[in-house]
Amino acid sequence: MIDTLMLSRIQFAANISFHILFPMITIAMCWFLVYFKIRLHTSGDPVWMRAYRFWVKVFALTFAIGVVSGITMSFQFGTNWPGYMETVGNIAGPLLGYEVLTAFFLEATFLGIMLFGMDRISPRLHTFATMIVALGTTTSAFWILALNSWMQTPSGFEMRDGVAFPVDWMEIIFNPSLPYRFAHTLIASGLTASFLICGLSAYRILKGDSKRAPLLTLKTAICVAAILTPLQVFVGDLHGLNTLEHQPQKIAAMEGVWETQKGAPLLLFALPDEKTRSNHFEIPVPKLASLILTHDSEGEIKGLNEFKNEHPPVAPLFFGFRIMVGIGMLMLLLSWTGVWQLIRRKSVNTLTLKAFLVMTFSGWIATLAGWYVTEIGRQPYLVSGILRTSDAVTTVPASSVTISLTLYLLVYTGLLIAYLHTLFLMARRAVEIEEISPQEQHNSTSNFPLHSSPMNLSPLLAKEPTS
Amino acid sequence: MMDTTWLHVFFGGLMALAILIYAILDGYDLGVGILMPRGNIQQRDQMIASIGPFWDANETWLVLAVGILLIAFPDAYNLVLKELYLPATILLIGLIMRGVAFDFRAKVSLDNKNTWDNIFKIGSLVSALAQGYMLGQYVIGFDSSWTSQGFSVLSAICVAAAYSYIGAAWLVMKTEGELQKQAASWARRCGWVTFLGVASVSIVNPIINPSVFQKWFDFPTALLLFHIPLISIALFVTNDQILKRIPLEKDFGCWIPFLGVVGIFFICFQGLAYSFYPYVVPGKLTMMEAASATESLEFIFIGTAIVVPIILCYTALSYRVFWGKATELKYY
Ligand code: HDD
Ligand code: HEM
Ligand code: HEM
Repeated sequence: MIDTLMLSRIQFAANISFHILFPMITIAMCWFLVYFKIRLHTSGDPVWMRAYRFWVKVFALTFAIGVVSGITMSFQFGTNWPGYMETVGNIAGPLLGYEVLTAFFLEATFLGIMLFGMDRISPRLHTFATMIVALGTTTSAFWILALNSWMQTPSGFEMRDGVAFPVDWMEIIFNPSLPYRFAHTLIASGLTASFLICGLSAYRILKGDSKRAPLLTLKTAICVAAILTPLQVFVGDLHGLNTLEHQPQKIAAMEGVWETQKGAPLLLFALPDEKTRSNHFEIPVPKLASLILTHDSEGEIKGLNEFKNEHPPVAPLFFGFRIMVGIGMLMLLLSWTGVWQLIRRKSVNTLTLKAFLVMTFSGWIATLAGWYVTEIGRQPYLVSGILRTSDAVTTVPASSVTISLTLYLLVYTGLLIAYLHTLFLMARRAVEIEEISPQEQHNSTSNFPLHSSPMNLSPLLAKEPTS
Repeated sequence: MMDTTWLHVFFGGLMALAILIYAILDGYDLGVGILMPRGNIQQRDQMIASIGPFWDANETWLVLAVGILLIAFPDAYNLVLKELYLPATILLIGLIMRGVAFDFRAKVSLDNKNTWDNIFKIGSLVSALAQGYMLGQYVIGFDSSWTSQGFSVLSAICVAAAYSYIGAAWLVMKTEGELQKQAASWARRCGWVTFLGVASVSIVNPIINPSVFQKWFDFPTALLLFHIPLISIALFVTNDQILKRIPLEKDFGCWIPFLGVVGIFFICFQGLAYSFYPYVVPGKLTMMEAASATESLEFIFIGTAIVVPIILCYTALSYRVFWGKATELKYY
C-alpha cells in the first residue's frame, strides 16, 4: 500500500497541475480580449468583433474550468496538509485571503457582466468590464505567487515555538524571489495564450477558413510571441541567478553538478544517477554553466555533494529544466520564423502553420515542466528550511485519500478530453461562418467610434453558430 | 497584550455572514440546477440564462467563507476538513461537474447538450446534498453513530429542499409565462418539504445536543428567541399563499416569495448561530481557541474593512445591470 503522505503528494500535484493549465491561458488571454476590443473602438473594423467573439468563448470555457479546479485547491490545504496551516497559517492565511478579497470577487462579478452584459451596457463600459476581469486574474496571480515565492524564499517572519509569526508584511510579500517568479510566470502565461491562439487560428486556416479574422488573430499572436520569447529567456536567466543565491541545491540538481567545481560545463544531455552520485552519457559544453550562472567562465558552482540528504531528487529537475528551456527555444525559433515570413510575404506558409498547430499546447508543457522544477526543487521542504513536507501531512486514512484521488483523476481526465475536443469543435464550426458582409461593415463603422450607443449586433449574432 | 476578542468576534461574524450570503446566493443557483426539467430544453435554456451572470460570483462566497475559516481559525479549518474529508471531496466533485457543464452545454451539439444538462442537474443535487450532510455532521460534532448519520441525512435532504425552494422563488422573480407558473408550483412543493425538514431538525437537534437544549430552554433568555419559530412559520405560510396566486396582475410582487425565502434562511441561520456561539466547532473549539496570530488578523482586517464594502457595491451593480426578467439574456 502507498501511504497517506505519498498519496497526498500525488493528489496535490494532480490538482495543482490541472488547475494551473487554465489560469495560464486565462490570465493573458483576457488581455488579448481587451486589445481586440480597443482595436474595435479605435478602428471600427468589425473583424475585431469577430476575433473577440470567437476567443471570448474559448476564454469563458477555460475560465470556468479554472474557477472550479481553483475552489478545490482552497480546500486542499485543510484536507491534506493540516501541518501547513499549523506552522505557517499566520502567513499563508492572509495572503490567500487578500487574493479572495481583491481578485476573485472582482473577476467573478465582472465576468458575468463581460459575458452576458454586452447588450445591456455601452460598448465602452463593456470594454472596461473586460479590463477589470483581466486586472483581476493578474492580481490573483500576484497574491498566489507571493505565497509560493515566500515558501521558496521565506523572509520577514520569526519562529516562536515552531510556529511562524509575521514581522514585516512588506518583506513577506516582496520576498526575494517574487519579482522573478511573478515576471516569469506572467510571461509564461502570455506565451501559453499566444501559442494557443496561433495554434487554433492556424488550424482554422488549414481547414480552409479564408476569412480575415483567423489570419488577424494569428498575426497578432505571432507578434506577441516573438516579443515575449526573448524576454522570457532573459527573465529566466535572472530567475536562475536569484535561485542560485537562495537555493543553490536546486540549481545544482538542475545542472546535474555533483562535485563543487570551477568552470562547470553545461550538460546538453546526461542521465543523473543518485546511487552512484554521478552522470552517465554526458554531452557537455565546457565552462558554459559557470558562464551563464556566474557570468565568469571560471566561476564556482556548488555541487550536490555539499547538500547530502538535503537536496531534492535530481533526475526530475534535470529533465524538467531541459524540457522547459527546450520548448522555450522552439518557441523562439517558430515565432521568429513566423514574423520573418509575415514581413517578407505578408502571410505564413503551410509548413509553418502546421508547426504552429503542433505547438498549440506547448505552453502547457513548458509551464508544467517549470513548476515541477520549482516545486520538486524545494523538497524535502514544504517551506524552505522551516517545514518538511512529511511533517505537514494529514492523518486521514490512506483509503480515503485513495478514493478522493481516484475520483479527481477520473474527473480531470474526462474534463481535459472534453475541453480539447470542444476547442477544436468550436474552431471547425467557426470555419463555416460567412465572411463579414458589407452591411455589417457599414453598421459597424457607423456605430464606431462615433457614438457609444449599444451596438447593433444582430447581423453578427445571426451568423454565429448558436454559441 | 491588548484585548483581541473583538477581532475574533469580527471574523466569526464575517464568516457567518459569508456563509449566509453563500447559502442564499449559491442556494438559488444550485436550486435552479436541481429543478431543471428533463423534457423541456427551452425552459432549461431560460433557467440557465437566469443564473448565468451570477453563479461564478455566488460561488466565490464559498471561497471567502472557507478562506476566513482558514485565515482566522486555522485549527478549526484543519479539524473540520479532516473530519469531513470524503463529503468535502464529493462536494468539490459536484461543484466541478456543474460549473463546467454550464459552460460546455453552450458549445456542443444538441445530443451532448442533454448530457451536459444532466450533469448539471446531478452535480447541483450532489453539491446540495453534500453541503447538507456536512452541516449535519458539523452540528452533531462529527459523530459516526447511526443516529448521527440519520440526522445528517435528514439535514442533507433539508438543505437540498431549501435550495430548490429558493431556486424556484428566484425563477418566479426572473421569468414569466409558463415557466413562472411552473416555478411557483415547484416552490410551493419545495416549501413544504423545507418546512417539514426545518421543523424536524429543530426538534431533533436539542434532543441530541444537551448544550443546545440548555440554551434554548433556559429561561428567561429563551423568551427572546421565541420570535424565531413564529416568524419562520409566518413566512412559510404567507409565501405559500402568494405562490398559489402567481402570476399576479401585471406581475405584481413577483419578487416577494424570493424575499420571503431569504427571510426564512436568515431566521434559521440566526437560530443555528445562536445555538453554537462562541464555538467554531460545536463542542470542540471556541473562536478564541482556534484563532490565529493577532498580527495576521490585524493585517487582513484592514483589507477586509476596505474591500468588503466595495465588493458589496459592485455585486449590487451587477444585479442592477441584469435587473428584470431573464428572457432577454444572451450569452456573449
Ligand atoms: C499563476 C497563477 C495561479 C496559481 C499559481 C494558482 N492560481 Fe488559482 N486561479 C488563478 C491563478 C492562479 C486565476 C487566473 O485567477 C483563476 C484561474 C481561472 C480563474 O477563473 O481564475 C484562478 C482561480 C482560482 C479559484 C476560483 C476563484 C473564483 O471563484 O473566481 C480559487 C479558489 C483558486 N484559484 C485557488 C488557488 C490556490 C489555493 C492555488 C495554490 C495552491 C492556486 N489557485 C494557484
Ligand atoms: C501553479 C503551479 C504549481 C504547480 C504546477 C505545482 C506543482 C507541485 C508539484 C508537482 C508538487 C509535488 C512535489 C513533490 O512532492 O515532489 C508540489 C508540491 C507542493 N506545492 Fe506546488 N505547484 C504549484 C503552485 C503552488 C502554489 C501556488 C502553492 C501554494 C501557495 C503550492 C504549494 C505546494 C504544497 C503545499 C506542496 C506540498 C505537497 C507536495 O509535496 O506534494 N504549489 N507542487
Ligand atoms: C528559455 C529560457 C528559460 C529559462 C532560462 C528559464 C528559467 C527558469 C528557472 C531557473 C526556473 C526555476 C526557478 C526556481 O525554481 O527558483 C523556472 C521556472 C519556471 N519556468 Fe522557466 N525558463 C525558461 C523558459 C520558460 C518558458 C518558455 C516557460 C513557459 C512558457 C517557462 C515557465 C516556467 C514556469 C511556469 C516556472 C515555475 C514558476 C517560477 O518559478 O517562476 N519557462 N524557469
